[in-house]
Amino acid sequence: MIKILKNFSRRILASIFKRREDINIGFYGPPNSGKTTLANIICKDWTGEELGIASKVPHETRNVQFKEKVEIQYKGKKLTFKMIDTPGIATKIDYEDFLQYGLRKNDAKKRAKEATQGIIDSIKWLDDMDAVIVVLDSSENPYSQVNITIIGNLVARKVPVLIVGNKIDLKKSSIKRLEAAFPEYEIVGISARDRTNMDDFYESLFRLAKKV
Amino acid sequence: MKNNKLKGLRIHIMQHAEVKDMGIAERVKKILNLVLGNKIVFFHGRLRAEEEARLIEDTMAMVDHIRDFKGIELAVIEPDIKGESIFVKLKQGLAKRLVGDNNALTVIGPASIIKEIKRDPKKIELFFN
Repeated sequence: MIKILKNFSRRILASIFKRREDINIGFYGPPNSGKTTLANIICKDWTGEELGIASKVPHETRNVQFKEKVEIQYKGKKLTFKMIDTPGIATKIDYEDFLQYGLRKNDAKKRAKEATQGIIDSIKWLDDMDAVIVVLDSSENPYSQVNITIIGNLVARKVPVLIVGNKIDLKKSSIKRLEAAFPEYEIVGISARDRTNMDDFYESLFRLAKKV
Repeated sequence: MKNNKLKGLRIHIMQHAEVKDMGIAERVKKILNLVLGNKIVFFHGRLRAEEEARLIEDTMAMVDHIRDFKGIELAVIEPDIKGESIFVKLKQGLAKRLVGDNNALTVIGPASIIKEIKRDPKKIELFFN
């Protein structure tokens, strides 16, 4: 509770003294939801460089990654922010799960160890976010406790949230199911892989930044 | 043919009163000690958002340090009051503030025993390893 109050007062002070380009926008979500793929598209489009490596193997992102001063100019509007891509949050890590992706036992164990630390770092970074894009796989059941815990923690910290339903190119994708699970939030469906619906995403991103 | 028989299950029912006076660290430690003892905890109530985050943090620290511990499965079941009247919602909100979220049920178990918890608004399914 003290932590939340401290964070709240920090945010109030920050909103008074901070310049608009100092805002931190984080990418959160479970592993393999497409956080880094989406962060890479934005980075590549507006800075010319990618942020990190995206892969099919879960927990590819195991360190919090940043890009300072990402400037988006879109339909006459401008937004400058620090982009923070975080490791996917999970409640369990089993190195054996990585073996099926062809990793050697030692590499899988190393990956599991790094992934646990990555999850701890992601949670610690929640206190430093001004706004968060929660990236969910729209083809998966949205009622997982990890999703609810992430969003619950952002609400408790009064951090504005945009939910991105990624992978709308998949057959099992359902944005309606996401909307039913999180009716209080703005949800935008995209396919980061195919770059589908990115216009709607950028519109939503500007609305999110306005709430900071 | 694979033997899918469940050999045994240890369940711990935890009343909200049992942990209500505890701080976050103590509450999370108590739950994790039970989970490490291969018990499935049915907690009458729900953890606050920051407690859930702390539970995940501490779980990850343990995965890193305790051999064969792979983590936890976690789910919360709550009554759906979306369609209820304002009066019912206010009553629920007030009760939550006064005595904690007693209408919820939290299931926490070791990932080595619970393979998956599938949840939707109407049901919860536990799949065992």
